[in-house]
Amino acid sequence: MRGYLLIAAAVAVLAAVPLVVQSNVVLNFLVVTLMIALAGQGWNILGGYGGQYSFGHAAFFGTGAYVTAILQAHYGVNAWVGFVAGIAAGAAVGAVIGGLTFRAGLRSSYFALVTLAFAEVLRILASVAPITGAGVGILIKLDLRPQAFQFQSRALFYLVILALVAVALLAAQLIERSRFGAWLIAVRENEDAAMALGVDATMVKLGAMVISAAITAAAGCFYAQYFLFIDAPIAYGTWISIEALLTPIIGGAGTVFGALIGALVAKSLGEAARFVTGDVPGLDLMTYGAMLVLVIAFAPRGLVGALADLRSGLVRRFAAVRKPVEAAHG
Amino acid sequence: MAEPLLAVEAVSCRFGGLLAVDAASLSAPAARITALIGPNGAGKTTLFAVISGFLKPSSGRVHYDGADVTGEPPHRLARRGIARTFQIVQPFAGLSVRENILVGAHLRRAARAEALARAEQVGREVGLGDVLDRPAHTLTVAGRKRLELAKALATEPKLLLLDEVLAGLNPSEIRDIVPVIRDLSARGIAVVMIEHVMQAVMSLAAHVFVLAEGRIIAEGSPAQVAEDRTVVEAYLGHGAAAKVRTAHVH
Amino acid sequence: MLSPVILVTAVLNGLMNGAVYALVALGLTLIYGVLHIINFAHGALLSAALFAAFLVYQKLGLDPYFAAFVLAPAFFGIGYALQRFIIGPASHGEDRNMLLVTLGLAVFIENALLYEFRADTRTVELAYSFKTIDFGFTFLSVSRLISFAAVFVVALVLWLIMTLTDTGKAIRAVAREKLGAELAGIDVAHIYATTFGLGTACVAIAACLLIPNYYVNPSAGNAFVLIAFTIVVLGGMGSVPGALIGGFVIGIVESLAGFFLGESLGQVGIFLIFIAVLLVRPRGLFGANA
Repeated sequence: MRGYLLIAAAVAVLAAVPLVVQSNVVLNFLVVTLMIALAGQGWNILGGYGGQYSFGHAAFFGTGAYVTAILQAHYGVNAWVGFVAGIAAGAAVGAVIGGLTFRAGLRSSYFALVTLAFAEVLRILASVAPITGAGVGILIKLDLRPQAFQFQSRALFYLVILALVAVALLAAQLIERSRFGAWLIAVRENEDAAMALGVDATMVKLGAMVISAAITAAAGCFYAQYFLFIDAPIAYGTWISIEALLTPIIGGAGTVFGALIGALVAKSLGEAARFVTGDVPGLDLMTYGAMLVLVIAFAPRGLVGALADLRSGLVRRFAAVRKPVEAAHG
Repeated sequence: MAEPLLAVEAVSCRFGGLLAVDAASLSAPAARITALIGPNGAGKTTLFAVISGFLKPSSGRVHYDGADVTGEPPHRLARRGIARTFQIVQPFAGLSVRENILVGAHLRRAARAEALARAEQVGREVGLGDVLDRPAHTLTVAGRKRLELAKALATEPKLLLLDEVLAGLNPSEIRDIVPVIRDLSARGIAVVMIEHVMQAVMSLAAHVFVLAEGRIIAEGSPAQVAEDRTVVEAYLGHGAAAKVRTAHVH
Repeated sequence: MLSPVILVTAVLNGLMNGAVYALVALGLTLIYGVLHIINFAHGALLSAALFAAFLVYQKLGLDPYFAAFVLAPAFFGIGYALQRFIIGPASHGEDRNMLLVTLGLAVFIENALLYEFRADTRTVELAYSFKTIDFGFTFLSVSRLISFAAVFVVALVLWLIMTLTDTGKAIRAVAREKLGAELAGIDVAHIYATTFGLGTACVAIAACLLIPNYYVNPSAGNAFVLIAFTIVVLGGMGSVPGALIGGFVIGIVESLAGFFLGESLGQVGIFLIFIAVLLVRPRGLFGANA
């Protein structure tokens, strides 16, 4: 119950932001940050809760983006239908990759490699295939109507992506409280022990992969609608694989809010770095790389975990302080 | 005599050139405690791995509850009612004791509230009532063994495979946990236990199988096995055998 | 229609390209064989080495083949320090963490290069960059021939280190049985760092061999290293002969695939082989069970 209230509160606070903030620059920053948070929440389901570290989540992001873009640009399909189709396509790709890799029993490093390879294959194919516009990419026609999933006001885009993030937060919360979630976490902690307790590890991982892919694909679809242009390095590039992985790790993998917090922190730090150095390419990603190493080194459970540790540490310290005082009076 | 719940029929396990288990056969009746003893490296855990689905035998069959379950994966066997504990205790480290047992309870109960209730009940039954909300990795060795037992019991098994559940426990801890194991028969659960703690084996088990170098070299009641010369030579040693015989008189 | 001479030339070129692939893969497989991690920073380190070789040539006029003698020890030091002071401590001994830490390093290094040098591609043109030798039926590039020979020299030197020196023996001990080696008094952290250093040194030498014919930009290493991953998986993680043979095989496959399918699809072909190997026989041709 408390978890759901927390989600409602967070979403309400974030929803109020456009009332206070009018600047397009800030709104744009928030839209992109929430989009990354969405992609990251997708990774979080498979990597955070499931412990399967994918280095190729771009495969799902890009598929969502390309499917919706192609349907709109080449076939005149309605943007919202394209959105749903993009998510479904992303989920399907997840099912295929997951089906192949989990049945083969791939774990850990090998899983990371294989997902990386799949994303690379898709990137190369997209850079040469005519249907994806090859080297040129795909442009979605400007059509600023809600029916076409395009909005005049940036605030409306913001509310849409916020709604999607809210759904993703709810998904994580529901998973945490469900049997599927208990099984998924058990598989993460110890796959053999989980199997001995009746958990069909392969199917559980596959399920997590499909959900994960769908969520990240939604972020890709949104990207296409917001920027109206995609090409292979954008859709399937390593940048999104890294950001989708980074944000939940920084925020706290395997928690409901980890990806959102991680996105806010990482993106803010990246912006701050760019502000200081004046937009030289590479600096923001440099900070991401450094953050990843530092988080693993000093706060492996992410910010959420570190805060929880801090809290229990203070509680213990307080309890310890009381004892000598009691003894003195004893 | 009724069909035994578990019947292992001439199972062999070959790893490359090594024959870890050589045409081993054993059986375990329902609601009884059966022991599998033998020197280290005899292949006992390998046999358990075959029975619980973690290994496919190179030859032989495993029959359980009237069905041939050879080669079925562990989760399918768990659903049929075979549960096991691991020799090297493997709690789900990041979770609390209650959450650990919950995973087992979820096998038969989909709803979280029901499964939590069952987990709490099982936790109390094995004596972990006081530590249910502690992180599993803070438990002592004895506590972890009970947790391992609780997780398996939460799946409501008909057959429980205990792999050296007493290892690493001091005599008083052993004294405390033995009644819990004995109680399992009373509840209708068949137990097959791999053990080295002979006193416990002899006082708990109705029937004993002895595995040495992958082969079953003897079987029978505890007293019979303690008198068997090959067993004494291969494993027990004369001093221990004598002690066991006198203990069994009581 | 396709003259056998062209085919043979493609194969020979593939063999020579494969040599450098093999060298990069050698470093990777060495690191995996001992530390049991996949070093995701390998590509970024190659990019860094390419820039180093480029700068050394530009600022000091040092020919890359001589620069190798300077850069190899330098990068050995860098690799040693990275493992000893960053990767090792940050990972707290967990495999999953090491994956992430090496990835984080890769992102950091690659983007540090981007930040410092921008994305423009640079090349080095040397007197012999385009020189070829006439073998009668075909012409082969001088620099590529030198690379081919150099890789064997490096492999030989590594073999000598592994078999004759104490450090080499310690490395093999740790690779086989870390706990036992530790109990025997071997400083595992030092050995890990040394191995990482050797792997990085291989990368530095590979960069020097590549420079006359290859391009230099922050992501150049990545393109290379995915091929190296493929080779290591194909040849078997931790297997040195596997890396060498795998390198030549992949070099030839790439050359022929690129020839028949065009460069991009050729690359896709390699990745598909990679995925197939991972799914069907993850231990590769010569590797131990994963």
